[in-house]
Amino acid sequence: MKASTLRHLTAPIIDNNPITLQILGICSALAVTTSLATALTMSAALTAVLAASSVIISLIRHHLPSSIRLVVQITIIASLVIVTDQLLQAYAFAMSQRLSIFVGLIVTNCLVLGRAEGFAMRNPVLPSLLDAIGNGLGYSLILTVVGTIRELLGTGNLLGYPVLRSVEAGGWFQPLGLMLLAPSAFFIIGLGIWAIRTARPDQVEADEFPIRTADAGGRP
Amino acid sequence: MIELFFRSVFEENLALAFFLGICTFLAVSNRVETALGLGLALIVVQAVTVPLNHTILNLLLVEGAWGWAGLPDIDLTFLRLISFIGVIAAMVQILEMTLDRYWPALHRSLGIFLPLVTVNCAILGGSLFMAERQYDFGESVAYGLGSGVGWALAIVAFAAIRERMRYSDIPAGLRGLGAAFIVTGLMSMGFSAFVGVRLP
Repeated sequence: MKASTLRHLTAPIIDNNPITLQILGICSALAVTTSLATALTMSAALTAVLAASSVIISLIRHHLPSSIRLVVQITIIASLVIVTDQLLQAYAFAMSQRLSIFVGLIVTNCLVLGRAEGFAMRNPVLPSLLDAIGNGLGYSLILTVVGTIRELLGTGNLLGYPVLRSVEAGGWFQPLGLMLLAPSAFFIIGLGIWAIRTARPDQVEADEFPIRTADAGGRP
Repeated sequence: MIELFFRSVFEENLALAFFLGICTFLAVSNRVETALGLGLALIVVQAVTVPLNHTILNLLLVEGAWGWAGLPDIDLTFLRLISFIGVIAAMVQILEMTLDRYWPALHRSLGIFLPLVTVNCAILGGSLFMAERQYDFGESVAYGLGSGVGWALAIVAFAAIRERMRYSDIPAGLRGLGAAFIVTGLMSMGFSAFVGVRLP
């Protein structure tokens, strides 16, 4: 396999991450990360839907009139999401209850439609598949990190097993209840973006109104 | 019913407590006017689609809905997702054409936001919550209106904060998206004060 093809797989993981750079698919990323188990399930479900929809759309891309392409794409994605939802309900009912409506919301997850419209419509099947899996992995990476931090600091457990022994169980760790509430997800992703952009300065957004200092041509 | 309305505006704010529609929330909040336009479009669409989806769900999809036709065993609930999406897309289209025909001025200011609203998860999420919590028709009207108003309120407030923040000196890596996330987090904390923070 050529290196350029493989690049479709690796680029979205950090360099062009769907959540921190492309701003796609954030809603579900924040909502399902209260525990690692839900984050992993959601990642798997999304990657599966994304890969399948990209392959299907890439296969039929020459036969799609552009005026109805969005409707066709949404229908394909919705059908795949229904299959995923039904599978989860059949084999992991407790988990599908915890994810509540968020599996269904994969339909309107801009990540899936965004990759379908932005990549699969114009590229052959193999690059589309790799691009989909790469974006799925980039999404999963952020979800896993946020899920780990929130569950570990919020309850002291990981995947339900105690890691940091909490005060209630006779240990030393006082769980941070805030981690389980909505605001912490925003903070963690915000700080995560800061960390990634410090490591990759080319992702930094330009300052709209830079402060004028004396040596930069402003008035002394 | 009024209680449900206020609960969906403040305590269960779609954007800040359930993270719905955050993509649009972050992308279209640079100016207060555009945020207001999008907010209004979302209120209208949400207030129409939630009751409409409620009607469709109960007349066509739930188990036993086809009893009058002698088919009491049919359960079409699994079609819920695809029909909700269809209804939303169709509603937005109809709304756009109606506005264009009767209120061209309003269409000019809201027009570009309507297609955006179709793929906003707040709309689909509102309908799915309505189905999951089994609201009756009156409640679904109140919920649709309330959740739309709540989302609009959040985005207008957020856009106002961002307009101010544009002039502030933020560390390079945090500029733009990073700071937006942190401000949304602070707003979400503020909104959770309406319920009183309940630590789980």
